[in-house]
Amino acid sequence: MIDKQQERMERYLRLNIFPTTFCPGCGCGSILNAFIHALDDLDIPPEEVVTVTGIGCSSWIPSPYFKGDVLHTTHGRSIAFATGVKIVKPDMRVVVFGGDGDLIGIGGNHLIHAARRNIDLTVFLVNNFVYGMTGGQVSPTTPYNIQTTTTPYGNVENPFSIAEVIASSGASYVARWTTYHIFQLVRAMKEALQKKGFSFIEIISQCPMNYGRAVKLRSGPKLLKLFREKSINIKEVENLTEEETRDKFIVGTLVNRDKEEFTERLRDAIRRAEER
Amino acid sequence: MIYIDEKLCKGCDICIFICPANVFESSNKLNERGYTIPIPIREDKCIKCHLCELICPELAIHIVDEDGEG
Repeated sequence: MIDKQQERMERYLRLNIFPTTFCPGCGCGSILNAFIHALDDLDIPPEEVVTVTGIGCSSWIPSPYFKGDVLHTTHGRSIAFATGVKIVKPDMRVVVFGGDGDLIGIGGNHLIHAARRNIDLTVFLVNNFVYGMTGGQVSPTTPYNIQTTTTPYGNVENPFSIAEVIASSGASYVARWTTYHIFQLVRAMKEALQKKGFSFIEIISQCPMNYGRAVKLRSGPKLLKLFREKSINIKEVENLTEEETRDKFIVGTLVNRDKEEFTERLRDAIRRAEER
Repeated sequence: MIYIDEKLCKGCDICIFICPANVFESSNKLNERGYTIPIPIREDKCIKCHLCELICPELAIHIVDEDGEG
């Protein structure tokens, strides 16, 4: 009898506090599942990983379930805390989990500046298009004309294409997948965890309670079906017109390049200062 | 063998939607917290792709390998 999933769960998760606090059909649990699959495939022990989270549903992915170090910080500041952890503990793998409201809305500047510095963090941004925990308010990634709690006549703003923003800010690795593409997500997580420099995955995830209410698809399977229908692989985008790619999720690896990393440069500068 | 941890399942039916071999079926069976749990009714059709195990948001599905062949 081999139960690999049970072995994986016992190795990486605090099973005494299960079941999770997520709503039925929420994508956050799938992302936790994919994360422990990625760690297990790479054989990274939980002692070598620090997970840093902010505030929001997606910040509950590693905290408190992950059996390694977990730092649950203030709203939007998880990347600032993670930068500090990476500088003093350069041998640890620092993984940041956060939602669209947390990392793009409240902590947007921390995110783009961490990408500009190319600091060796792994950021998993769980994009569910609304502020889910507080009741479905409009967030910086809510699509145009979606009726949320705070936009009862439809959202008048344009959403961020955050993966493209991070790619142009200078990150080493940028990808976008949805919770429907779960095998591809595990592969991307493995690539991101191994990559030196700032690695970022935008994970489009379902919120059946709050976003589901806004788009009238109030269950996990219905939203996963929407992701399947609206996703286009980045390799196919070149042959399509702008009209055909509008309102679609362009999934795949956007950037994968080797660049100089921040903490190494910083240590180099400290060494030069001490030699003087 | 497909094992579903009934204590963890929240009846979201993602496994029913995602399974390429259509193994799961919804049921009227309630767990102790009142969620309707799915049943792997066509288990002989299982192709062991482990997709349900990987996507289950509650980590409730285990594909148990009885003869240890992978």
